[in-house]
Amino acid sequence: MNIALYVIVMAVVTYLIRMIPFVFFRKKIKSRFFRSFLYYIPYAVLSAMTIPAIFYSTGNIITAIAGTVTAFVLSYFNLPLILVALSATAMAYITRLF
Amino acid sequence: MKDFLKGISHGIPIALGYLSVSFGFGIKAVSAGISVLWASLISATNLTSAGQTAGVDIIAVGGTIIEMILVQLTINIRYSLMAISLSQKLDSKFTIPHRLIASYGITDEIFGVCSAQKQKLTPAYMYGIILISAIGWVMGTALGATAGQLLPESVSNALGIVLYGMFIAIIIPPARRHKSVLIVVILSALTSILFKYLFTAVSSGFAVIISAVIASVVGAIIFPIGEEEE
Repeated sequence: MNIALYVIVMAVVTYLIRMIPFVFFRKKIKSRFFRSFLYYIPYAVLSAMTIPAIFYSTGNIITAIAGTVTAFVLSYFNLPLILVALSATAMAYITRLF
Repeated sequence: MKDFLKGISHGIPIALGYLSVSFGFGIKAVSAGISVLWASLISATNLTSAGQTAGVDIIAVGGTIIEMILVQLTINIRYSLMAISLSQKLDSKFTIPHRLIASYGITDEIFGVCSAQKQKLTPAYMYGIILISAIGWVMGTALGATAGQLLPESVSNALGIVLYGMFIAIIIPPARRHKSVLIVVILSALTSILFKYLFTAVSSGFAVIISAVIASVVGAIIFPIGEEEE
């Protein structure tokens, strides 16, 4: 099948998923339950995406654990996103050398 | 203009992270038989890591269009929740045309940074953060697709963790401040582990959605938020 068709389908579906709620949700949400749900959902999504996938992300569980611990420690001290991410990567790389 | 520059500066760490993550995507796309140009076009039009990776897998095996639609819906439906959440904190300058454009750039990281802002979100701010992030994402893809095979395996393996490291950096600070967030995050992670090792029939995209919804519903019931946390 033509790759253009695949790419158009991917792009359109992904755009509509983002656009429809962003454009049509214009009212303030009154329900306290729903507001609370929306407050928690991003953290819950990121958490479920990360655990346990992070332990398989480097192809070696030991280096992945080293990188994960590094990320936890640095983010506990509120360091910037990119610094945490790259330090975790560096730690995974360094651990591989031993 | 001030908001736009602020958006750019907030987007620089995201762009750097994207550069390294999409580098990996570029390598993957080329090894799946996709050209550098198409790999870059996929990144420019989709701006999402998990959905693109799954999409390339489908392209590689010549899957059906229906499968492509369902996979994209499942993996990316979280953006709908993020879009609803962001829609609650938009400035009055956010008219429909601005919403139509800015919705293109709702990603996990952009959402994370935007929702952490104390002020209302203006279109200029979101355009800044989206522009620089998208440049990083597309450039990384093109670089990875062109030069990726030259990179030693030890480096490309280590780069696999970069995106997750960034996720952890988004989660931990609020989890440290609020016990409620901490509990929701742990519950979501535990549910996700159950899916990985016990309910293995559920695809990873669905597992993430179900885990996050269960944890957030429990959080909303036990710890409803007050007015100050909006």
